[in-house]
Amino acid sequence: MSLGALISGDRPRSRLLAAALIAILIGLALAPFLFPGTRSVDTAARVCVFIVLVASYDLMLGYGGIVSFAHTMFFGMGAYGVALASVHLGRGFDALALGSLAGALAAALLAALIGLFSLRVRAIFFAMITLAVASAVAVLVSQLSALTGGEDGLSYRIPRALTAAAKYADGKVLGVRINGKLVNYYLVFTVSLILFMVLLRIVNSPFGRVLQAIRENDFRAEAIGYRVVAYRTAATCLSAVAAALAGATYAIWLRYVGPATTLNFEIMVDILLMVVIGGMGTMYGAVIGATLFVVAQNYLQTLLAAAGAALAPVPALPLLFNPDRWLLWLGVLFVLSVYFFPTGIVGRLRQRQ
Amino acid sequence: MTDALLATEDLTVRFGGHVAVDHVTCAFRPGEITAIVGPNGAGKTTYFNLISGQIPASEGRVLLAGEDIGGLSVAARTHRGIGRAFQLTNLFPGLSVLENVRLVIQSRRGMGFSLFSMADSHRELREAAEAVLARVRLADQASQKVAELSHGDQRKLEVALLIALEPRVYMFDEPTAGMAVDEAPVVLELIAGLAQDTGRTVLLVEHKMDVIARLADRIIVLHNGALAADGAPDEVIASDVVQEAYLGRAVQHG
Ligand SMILES: Nc1ncnc2c1ncn2[C@@H]1O[C@H](COP(=O)(O)OP(=O)(O)OP(=O)(O)O)[C@@H](O)[C@H]1O
Ligand SMILES: [Mg+2]
Repeated sequence: MSLGALISGDRPRSRLLAAALIAILIGLALAPFLFPGTRSVDTAARVCVFIVLVASYDLMLGYGGIVSFAHTMFFGMGAYGVALASVHLGRGFDALALGSLAGALAAALLAALIGLFSLRVRAIFFAMITLAVASAVAVLVSQLSALTGGEDGLSYRIPRALTAAAKYADGKVLGVRINGKLVNYYLVFTVSLILFMVLLRIVNSPFGRVLQAIRENDFRAEAIGYRVVAYRTAATCLSAVAAALAGATYAIWLRYVGPATTLNFEIMVDILLMVVIGGMGTMYGAVIGATLFVVAQNYLQTLLAAAGAALAPVPALPLLFNPDRWLLWLGVLFVLSVYFFPTGIVGRLRQRQ
Repeated sequence: MTDALLATEDLTVRFGGHVAVDHVTCAFRPGEITAIVGPNGAGKTTYFNLISGQIPASEGRVLLAGEDIGGLSVAARTHRGIGRAFQLTNLFPGLSVLENVRLVIQSRRGMGFSLFSMADSHRELREAAEAVLARVRLADQASQKVAELSHGDQRKLEVALLIALEPRVYMFDEPTAGMAVDEAPVVLELIAGLAQDTGRTVLLVEHKMDVIARLADRIIVLHNGALAADGAPDEVIASDVVQEAYLGRAVQHG
C-alpha cells in the first residue's frame, strides 16, 4: 500500500505539521525505548488512546457538525465492557475481545437510538439529549455498585502475557525489559494507529464528504438527495464505536476502570479542548491536540512545582505556580491558543503555506 | 391527464391565516418548458417548496408520474426525480466548486454510504463533475472555494448542481437573477436544452418576459397563490390577467 493510501490521500499540507506528525509517530512508536520509565510509558499509552478518542469526536463535531456530550459515555462503555468481561469470564484474551466487542456494540446501539430519536429534530436537541443520557449513565454506574464497583470502579486481571510478569527475554534490550507490559504497550499503540487510520479513511471517503456537505449546508444536502438524519446517525454510531474501542484499549492497559478514568464529565471537557486546540475537522488536529494536552496534563504539575521552587524568594509568585494551579494554567493555555489559533494549531500551520 | 410527468391537485398551503398557495391544480408534460410568473409574493417559490417537499402541504396532492409523493421526504423526492435549484444561492460554501458538483453526482449514483474507499479515487465522479462545470463555464474555477466565487459564478454553480442531478423534473427559481448579462444566455441555452431530453420537464420561475417568450412552451401565472392563467406564451402575455396582475404592476413601478 502506498503512503498516500495509508493516510487516505489526506496530506498534511504543511511541512511543519508533517514534521510534527512524524515526530509524534516516532515518539509513540519508540516510547518505551526513548522515554523509559513507568510514568512516561503510561503517558505515551494515554496519548495513543486519546488520539483515537479525540479523532472519533472530531468525526462527529468537526466533520458532521454534531455537538455531543456523550463521548466519554461511549468511551466508558468500551472500558466497562472489558472490565466486566474480565471480572465475570475470568482473565483471558477471549474476555478482552468479547468485552471490547460487547462494549462497541452497546455503544453503537445507544448512539443509533439517541441519533434516530433526536437528530431529526434539531442539533441543539441532540446535544441536550446526549448530556442527559450521559449524566444518567454516570449516575447509574455509580449507583449500581454491585455490578460496576460504583465510585471505586473495578480492578481485574488481564492475560499474563500482557503483564510485567511475562518475561520474553533475559536482561534488557536498549535498557528496556522485554516483558508483557511492553507487549501491552505495543498492543495499545497498534490498535490506536489502526483505529486512527480507519477514522482518517472514513473522513476522506464519499461518506466523509457527505458529512462535510451536511455541516456546510444541511438544507441543500437534503435537497441533493442525502438523508441528513441517516448520515448524522451513522456518523454518531461510527464515532461511538471508535470511542468504545479506544476505551476498551485503555481498560486493557490500565487493568482498572472507574468513573474518574472513563466516564467523568471532566474528560468530556478535555476532549473538547483537545479537538479545538488541535483544529476541528482536520483529524491531524486530534493528534496534535491530544499529544500536547495529555503531555501538558501530566507534566504541567511537575513543571509548576519546579517553577514554584525556583521562584520561592519572590513573594506571591510561588502561589501562582503552585502545582495545584495546573488547571488554571491549562485554562490560560487554552484561551491563548483559541485567541491566536481560532482554527486550531493545524489550521494555523496550513495557513502559513 | 395520464401523460403528465408532474401534476399538482388542489395544492394548498396556509401560513397562519395567509394562503400562500391556493388550490393549484396543474399538470406538466415531459419535453416542455413551463414558465411560472407572478408578482413578488405570488407564491411561486412556495409552490416549488411544496413540490420538492421543503414545506408540507396543508391540502392537495403532488403526483410524479401518477404516484403521490406528498408523504416523502425531500431526499426521497430527489431520488424519485424531483430536482430543485434555489432563488437564493444555496451551496456548500466551505467546499470547492468541483466538490459541490461531485457531491451531487455521488448522491445520484447512491454512493454516499461508501465508507472505506477514498472519495478522490472515484475518477468517474470527478470527471462527470468536471463535465458539468465545463457546460456552465466554471471549469477554470473548479478548485476554488465556493465562498470565494463572485456572486454571478455562484449563481452559475447553483444551476450546475441541478444539471448534475439529472432529475426528471427540473425546477429553476430565477436562475439568471444576479448573473452577468453575457453569462445569462449561456445558462438559458443550457436550460432550453434540458427539456429536449425525453421524459424530462422544466419548470422555470422567471421575471424577464423576453426570456420567457423565447424559451417557454407554456406560461402559468400565479396571483395571490392561485392559478390565474395558463396557456401559450403569446396568449398569456397578451391576456388581461398578466397585464393587470403582473406587467401592470411593473408599469406602475417604472
Ligand atoms: N415559511 C413561510 N412562513 C410564512 N410565510 C411564508 C413562508 N414562505 C413564504 N411565505 C409567504 O408566502 C407568500 C409567497 O411567498 P413566495 O416566496 O412563494 O413568493 P414568490 O412568488 O416566490 O415571490 P418572489 O418573486 O419575490 O420570489 C409571501 O407572502 C411570503 O411572505
Ligand atoms: Mg420566489
